Amino acid sequence: MTTPPVPAPAAAATPATSASDSTPSVSSSTTAASMTAPADRATTTGAPSAARSDPKRRRRSPRTPLSPRPSVPLTLVTALVLVYTLLPLAWLFINATKDQKGLMNSFGLWFADDVNLWDNITRTLTYDDGAFVRWLLNTLLYVAAGAGGATVLAVLGGYALAKFAFPGRRAVFAVVIGAVAVPGTALAVPTFLMFSRMGLTNTPWAVIIPSLISPFGLYLMWVFAAEAVPTELLEAARIDGSGELRTFFRIALPLLMPGTVTVLLFSMVATWNNYFLPLIMIKDPDWYPLTLGLNAWNAQAQTAGGEPVFDIVITGSLLTIVPIVAVFLLLQRYWQSGLAAGSVKE
Amino acid sequence: MRMRTPVTRRLLGAVAVVSALALGATACGSGGTDDGSASAGPKDVAAALEKGGKVTVWAWEPTLKKVAEDFEKKYPKVDVELVNAGTGDKQYTALQNAIAAGSGAPDVAQIEYYALGQFAIGKSVENLAPYGADKLASGFTPGPWNAVHRDGAVDALPMDSGPMALFYNKKVFDQHGIAVPTTWDEYVEAARALHKADPKLFITNDTGDAGFATSLIWQAGGRPYKSKGTDVTVDFGDQGTRTYAGTWQKLLDEKLVAPISSWSDSWYKGLADGTVATLAIGAWMPASFVSGVAAASGDWRVAPLPQWTKGGTASAENGGSSLAVPKAAKNKELAYAFTEFATTGAGASTRVAAGAFPATRADLESPAFLDADFPYFGGQQANRIFADSARNVGADWSYLPFQVYANSVFNDTVGKAYVSSTTLTAGLNAWQETSVKYGKDQGFTVNK
Repeated sequence: MTTPPVPAPAAAATPATSASDSTPSVSSSTTAASMTAPADRATTTGAPSAARSDPKRRRRSPRTPLSPRPSVPLTLVTALVLVYTLLPLAWLFINATKDQKGLMNSFGLWFADDVNLWDNITRTLTYDDGAFVRWLLNTLLYVAAGAGGATVLAVLGGYALAKFAFPGRRAVFAVVIGAVAVPGTALAVPTFLMFSRMGLTNTPWAVIIPSLISPFGLYLMWVFAAEAVPTELLEAARIDGSGELRTFFRIALPLLMPGTVTVLLFSMVATWNNYFLPLIMIKDPDWYPLTLGLNAWNAQAQTAGGEPVFDIVITGSLLTIVPIVAVFLLLQRYWQSGLAAGSVKE
Repeated sequence: MRMRTPVTRRLLGAVAVVSALALGATACGSGGTDDGSASAGPKDVAAALEKGGKVTVWAWEPTLKKVAEDFEKKYPKVDVELVNAGTGDKQYTALQNAIAAGSGAPDVAQIEYYALGQFAIGKSVENLAPYGADKLASGFTPGPWNAVHRDGAVDALPMDSGPMALFYNKKVFDQHGIAVPTTWDEYVEAARALHKADPKLFITNDTGDAGFATSLIWQAGGRPYKSKGTDVTVDFGDQGTRTYAGTWQKLLDEKLVAPISSWSDSWYKGLADGTVATLAIGAWMPASFVSGVAAASGDWRVAPLPQWTKGGTASAENGGSSLAVPKAAKNKELAYAFTEFATTGAGASTRVAAGAFPATRADLESPAFLDADFPYFGGQQANRIFADSARNVGADWSYLPFQVYANSVFNDTVGKAYVSSTTLTAGLNAWQETSVKYGKDQGFTVNK
């Protein structure tokens, strides 16, 4: 997992019973959470061997935090949530295989007589002179520059705020916390007016620059850096003569990886799905991200003389979520460990 | 496209307009007023075309694409960028934001007739008369021209029009032996007969549509809106409005209209499978039938709009839009050149050929247009019906100078008649009250 090398032995050595007074001096704020870490470790090593030795009696094996007693109501609730989550995806996939006629005449949650998925994909990619591909590239640009830049800034800023003492740090903290509370939607219109004065509307910058700012990412990296990078390690590096940059890249950054990936994922999803900001900033279809482009195609149905292309919109939506699903599956490992950061103090 | 030499009065008018623009721009603190000075002189459209440049056009009308290509071909130095900034009020919001922000406004914008007054009274659109638009009056049909022409100014050029007709699903009508209604009373009878024959079938769909309601009031002779400058009257108590509300109330009371919103996916489905058996709508509808309801090709026919009095010929406009040049446009001469190209002559004919319904006399009266067969309507010469309707559109209709707002609260007021026991008349009264209040708040003199 994400265990930083130095404090780990200390935590492991701490007896599970010593919640309050016998804690080593490394961390003074150890809470009940500290007890779960050694317990976890015990069960992860113990449970599989018990199961292996007597698989038939597994049900009677002692209940542990990782294999608690199965609960019927909880399982049902989980199943409901699972169905609720997967149903729209299933609908999207099923209906992406239908042509316009099939969409109108067949049951929504089952396939029509003929499967047109491949045909639909080809038409989506070529419709309107291949606008979909252009929008996909735009979205990739916004994600790479916006979310990538936001992550870089959050990591740098979070690390600096966590590990360097300087005047005004508390003020920065207050501003960041305040900024987390302001929804981006509320800032969109003032941002538009400002960008409009600067002549930046209708350019990619209008989407990229606001995406670079991620108060939540900064806050997350701050908290994460405070926990994951031991100050002692940095001090040791400094004593050994490492410069600040070198210390950051060689020592802090690898320790910050899980948090970095989490922030990257958050900002990627936010930028990928961003609708409102590009909606007010960008009027030129050549700079649309996928969200706006699909909406424009969808709106054709509401236009006198416009061609309704429900099949292409649905297939386009499916194609739009594929990359983000893939990114999630690939980075899931890091993400899980990143989310748990700070919950267990070792 | 030709150089104009405006008379002195017009010149003074232009100067006043420019000053107003400069004042307005200064008031909202935005820059970019340098373009204003040029428009004080004679409008040299030909020189602008010679010089070339870029024209940004905000429009959702699909037939403009071909026109933009033709324009670029004819004037190689001009680059037309056609942008779909949203349909209807979405685009108006974007346009108003861009005008308020002082930058980002297009050079040409599509504005529906009902919304034009709002932009004209707000002095957001350029008076096109000094560019030569006033000389085009005789080329357009009276209804659309009346909609863009106000107090000696030409706020926009008519792009298309929507004289109403009744589209009906002949297959469904034949199957149940129902005659095509010629009056609205017969229409109600047909609705009953159809719904009785098959409870799944409805005469039409309606969930409350301001444009549709005002068009029917228009046809019935009602003139609820009157405006002269900033003096506005809103009165839904006249005979025409009462006639409409009385008849339509029967359809609502007996639940004879399908609760399906127009332009939704279920609407297209309903048009295709016969659930929605008729549409009383503008003459621009055939293109949408062909592209959106392809499955029902051959089922539908066109008939004259049902009448409020037997033997009448009254009609009304439903929808239709114009091309306007915002005051914030960067290159107004070029913008006007495109506007004139797209709305008159060859540009208009190109769009008519692509399915738009003309607002130009030449196209509307041309034998090729009138004799055109519509394979979708079983080979019917539907344009003859539309052209008759265009000739019979009731005169002197006007919308409010804040109709975009008024239409946006239609569903909160009249819409209640569709979902509760509120009557249409009560709903219309509520709509009137809300509109009057808003008008007063905006500084209009309402109902004085």
